[in-house]
Amino acid sequence: MKQTKTVVSMSLLSLPQRGWMAVTVVVAVAIVVAVLLAFLAMADGFRNTVNNSGSEALGLVLRAGSQAELNSGLSGDQVRLLRDAPGIKHDDAGPVTSAELYVVVDGTKKSSGTSANISLRGMELDGLKLRPTVDIVEGRMFVPGKNELVVGAAVADKFTGFALGDLVRLGKAEWEVVGVFSANGGVYESEIWTDVRTVQTQFNRGNSFQVVRFELETPGDIKPIQEYVDENPQLNMDVFTEKRYFSDQSEGVFNLIFYIGWPLAIIMALGALSGALNTMYTSVSQRTREIATLRALGFGGSSAFWGTMAESMVLALIGGVTGIVVAYLFFDGMTGATLGGNFTQIVFAFKITADSMVSAMVIAVIIGVVGGFFPALRAARTPVVKAFSLEQ
Amino acid sequence: MSDNLYELKDIHKLFVKGREPVEIFDGLNMTIKRGDFISIMGPSGSGKTTLLNMLGGVDKPTQGKILFDGQEIQSLGEGKLAKWRAAHIGFIFQFYNLMPMLTAAKNVELPLLLKKLSAKKRKENVEAALALVGLSERAKHRPSELSGGQQQRVAIARAIVSDPDVLLCDEPTGDLDRATATEILENLQQLNREFNKTIIMVTHDPVAASYASTSLHLDKGEFVERDVAA
Repeated sequence: MKQTKTVVSMSLLSLPQRGWMAVTVVVAVAIVVAVLLAFLAMADGFRNTVNNSGSEALGLVLRAGSQAELNSGLSGDQVRLLRDAPGIKHDDAGPVTSAELYVVVDGTKKSSGTSANISLRGMELDGLKLRPTVDIVEGRMFVPGKNELVVGAAVADKFTGFALGDLVRLGKAEWEVVGVFSANGGVYESEIWTDVRTVQTQFNRGNSFQVVRFELETPGDIKPIQEYVDENPQLNMDVFTEKRYFSDQSEGVFNLIFYIGWPLAIIMALGALSGALNTMYTSVSQRTREIATLRALGFGGSSAFWGTMAESMVLALIGGVTGIVVAYLFFDGMTGATLGGNFTQIVFAFKITADSMVSAMVIAVIIGVVGGFFPALRAARTPVVKAFSLEQ
Repeated sequence: MSDNLYELKDIHKLFVKGREPVEIFDGLNMTIKRGDFISIMGPSGSGKTTLLNMLGGVDKPTQGKILFDGQEIQSLGEGKLAKWRAAHIGFIFQFYNLMPMLTAAKNVELPLLLKKLSAKKRKENVEAALALVGLSERAKHRPSELSGGQQQRVAIARAIVSDPDVLLCDEPTGDLDRATATEILENLQQLNREFNKTIIMVTHDPVAASYASTSLHLDKGEFVERDVAA
């Protein structure tokens, strides 16, 4: 044990002799860890945003077979029939529902000046009641029949021309921004809302809708509505709870981010591994005489092995921690935007979780172990006669 | 206890150089007595260092027996050989082979880490060894802060700190000027005469060889001449 401790401390003390090579390994591992964490933070942040947007107390219907609101279509008659379905909560004004129409409009991103899709959602006034996480934080709600918009906080923040009071041209008409709402970081913050009848008129959609939202009498229980839809041949619809709908919507994007992140990190890790191997072989080569001398003095091969492994592990761990710190400082809480299931921008915050940090450190440790193992074997097998070598 | 510390019996050593086998020793026999101070000279390739390596258990003969205090060492495994070296052998190298990141005292302490000694006892032994070579004042200096002669004296202190039976010296003055070399050789002579250390020294330098009680000349794997110093 004393032998190993001594050789380990000697390996670490001699690190400055290999300064730049050691720094290279640390940087390479840090980059791998930071890139992996960036992708995992993106995936986790996206999922978190979408999950925060769904509720079990709410439900929605789309045309049967539609994967998203954008390719759904419901007629005015279908919407009227659906409002009579059992399982939908009623208040004094009748069933709590909002028939909605969803169109994609262009916006200009402040960050790049490029144009990107934004969702313009036409809704009924109950639409606000059906989104309990939403608060109007500036201005007021739109007035039905007028070209007035309320915009999500992320849209106001990330896109040009959507501040309170701005006039913006969407389609053929000019609209006034009369309010800004927040949605607890959820996907709605990436939308613009207005009156559904106005959207139908301005975008020539007749009496059509794409989705009907409603409050459930019993949270999570869509069975009565599903049975009502199944029994009524005019209602060719799929029924979801809102939570389930958002979860389905996010899965594809989440998987895309997740499964790009890991392979990319693994490919980069192979590069870092080759750097670690190179550095550690150089380390063993530079210390051949030292190692052989220790062996000549009676030190065992295992102490040389663990000395080299310790050096590799220390470099990898420093790189891993550096990568985590860098990723945390640069990415945690950073907002990004990506295409959602409706081909519109969803703005979300990157989220670096403890699980992601553990995954990143596992990668760093693997680089350290594999990068150190083979050079350590060489160190352990260093012939003792090398101590007598004339080569310096 | 026999007077013979080493007995080499019918030693053969074969190297493969390129595709050709080269025989360094062809039936070498040799006896080294306890307390001998032997210098081994000879041209390059005569087998001096190979012989030293075999005596130190860092190389093995192709055939034959090396007995140390009656025990065969050529058949020991790596682990046992390492323990045997730690117990009986002190090495002194031409280029000192000190650990550059450790102080003189820490370098000297290295062989003691292989023994079951308390930190206090190790410290005492290190101080005694450094005092013997006149380097007590330099205990906390790193090798890069010491002259070549001082580094070699640290190496001697490291070699003797665990009180080995034998000191194996490979060109111990080969990298030093004459005055410093003389100091080192006097150190070795003192260790031989006052502490009865058996010393086997490979050298190219006839002046260095003259400090030994016995000077052997190797040529093509055979001792061609044997001088005994007055």
